[in-house]
Amino acid sequence: MSVRVPLPRWVDVALLPVLNVVLAFLIGGLIVLSVGQNPLDAVGYMIYGAFGYGSGFGYTLYYTTDFIFAGLAVSLAFHAGMFNIGPEGQAYVAGLGVIIVALLFNGLHWALMFPLMIIAGGLFGAFWAFIPGYLQAKRGSHIVITTILFNFIAISLMGYVITKILKPAGVDSDESAPIQAISRVPQLREFLALFKNSPVNLTFLLAIVALFFVYWLVWRTKFGYAMRTLGRNPTAARYAGISSSRMIMTTMALSGALAAMVAVNNVGGVQGRLILNFVAGAGFVGVAVAFMGKAHPVGVALASLLFGALYQGGQELAFSMPGITREMIVTIQALVILFTGAMGDMLRIPLEKLFARWQRPAGGG
Amino acid sequence: MQYFNDLVLIFDSTVRLAVPLILACLAGLYSERSGIVDIGLEGKLLGAAFAAAAMAAVSGSPWLGLLAGIGVALCMSAIHGIASINLKGDQTISGVALNFLAAGLTTFLGQSWFHRGGFTPQLSADQRFNPITLPFAEQVKDVPIIGEIYWELISGHNILTYVAFIAVPVTAFVLFKTRFGLRLRAVGENPKALDTAGMSVGWLRYQALIITAVLVGIGGTYLSIAQSAGFNNNMSAGRGYIALAALIFAKWKPWPALLVCLLFGFLDAMQFRLQGIKFPVIGEVPVQAIQALPYILTIILLAGFIGRAVAPKASGIPYTKER
Repeated sequence: MSVRVPLPRWVDVALLPVLNVVLAFLIGGLIVLSVGQNPLDAVGYMIYGAFGYGSGFGYTLYYTTDFIFAGLAVSLAFHAGMFNIGPEGQAYVAGLGVIIVALLFNGLHWALMFPLMIIAGGLFGAFWAFIPGYLQAKRGSHIVITTILFNFIAISLMGYVITKILKPAGVDSDESAPIQAISRVPQLREFLALFKNSPVNLTFLLAIVALFFVYWLVWRTKFGYAMRTLGRNPTAARYAGISSSRMIMTTMALSGALAAMVAVNNVGGVQGRLILNFVAGAGFVGVAVAFMGKAHPVGVALASLLFGALYQGGQELAFSMPGITREMIVTIQALVILFTGAMGDMLRIPLEKLFARWQRPAGGG
Repeated sequence: MQYFNDLVLIFDSTVRLAVPLILACLAGLYSERSGIVDIGLEGKLLGAAFAAAAMAAVSGSPWLGLLAGIGVALCMSAIHGIASINLKGDQTISGVALNFLAAGLTTFLGQSWFHRGGFTPQLSADQRFNPITLPFAEQVKDVPIIGEIYWELISGHNILTYVAFIAVPVTAFVLFKTRFGLRLRAVGENPKALDTAGMSVGWLRYQALIITAVLVGIGGTYLSIAQSAGFNNNMSAGRGYIALAALIFAKWKPWPALLVCLLFGFLDAMQFRLQGIKFPVIGEVPVQAIQALPYILTIILLAGFIGRAVAPKASGIPYTKER
């Protein structure tokens, strides 16, 4: 029997994930082809829409911001061995925290308001993720099912709060009162004319900071070490004296706080008010982003940019090719999760054989 | 008499609402008993509902719709099987991917095929599964209590409802009284024992996944062409997850599963009754609170406040033959 030769590191870290993503997109292309549309045209429109002009690029970065936070939220929980598919609900509930401080101190300068929004939103998001964490740690409830159910509950809860409590009298649409301009998170277009009328704002820089923060937390601190130990080998973690229930609850709360920043980006930065269903699937994209990026900040950043481009390009596409709706992106998302997450090792054995054959003559064997 | 009438009507809608849950729950029972966790039940319900409605709309036959629904569920089971049996991938991730796939594809294909914002065309009566009047129901209708229960509660459902209720004793029999059932339970607890006895762990698990797909396919079909007259976006609305929670609460046993699903059906039926009613102390309960009730109850059940549930031992673990 032949011995399996491990793959070179660059293949494992870079080539394999890229091949998996390519596979996901190829199948996506075939689906587009099957409804009688040209996938290459679609890609062309999307690239132009996402990067071709200033405000398009600004929108791409705006979506990227959301996906970085949601992706980091899923990644962080994943390192501790948990699958948090609740960033959607966590971000939604965090919107309540953001709008409460914003309306309470409406008119405060944004330099003070921005940190307040981060803290309040973060606390609300952390709380919404902490409960499933608590139920997992103390009662053994399956975290996947509870986080999903919490998404449904968040929809009901926020629906009630927005339509029955926050909605001012005399307003028709389901939204809260507006935040004054001076209190909103400033848009990057105020500093860079390039972004024209796009909504990318200072929260984008916060997302970059969050990428470094998560890297530091997971790979450079004792807490991160404990987290990874728990994720890789819960028994070893127990022998090392790591309290799994405390780790699970803390990690979930942190994960929820990261997801919460989606609300700061949207409520505090773009809309300036709390709108019904403002998260609009960004939390779910985080799941795909985390798998595609292998839960590493560099990967998450690249995957977020790709999905940001897909979202913005997808809007452009909907204008140019009405046959393709935005839901195609959800399909791509699913294929990416399937091929990079569940079937990630499909190409591993063929690649191992290929490299073994390639290396044998070179190794003088 | 008025109260009795109301009660029968509530139980009647309980039965109607519980059917997709029962089918999905039994479906999950087969795969989880064999050691395959199936978070993708939700997606399979949705995919089957879409396929059934689309096929029924195009062909005009509910039976072809049912076949299409089961067919789609089988394809999704096959993907799940390849990922979790052959490639030994993470079953939870594969299930989540399938859920997204169903959510995305049903809307996308629905829009490209029918151009109705993701809805399929409204189905006429002969394109759907219609209520069946059981023998003698007409005659005994006016007999107090018994006649009424027979007419309202037992008679007058569509064929898929009866299939769901028959599936419960059949599952109990297959699981506990047949050789296949014994092997199925064994492969979920101790796959190595079966492997040693010369049976294929993979094939047994694939068989379980096939049964799962057939049941959940019928469940999805029920949603779109028996309970409603067409497909609409995300019409499964978390029922797959609720079915999974019901399965855990029922400790992976068919009869308790039926009871838990009926309980959820009852809650759902009460939803419509509770809307707009003013209560003595709390006043009118907001619609949103009533909508969230099944999810909240699921969480309470899952938190195991009513006894601890122990899953099949090998559940979620891919089986690797020793080299």
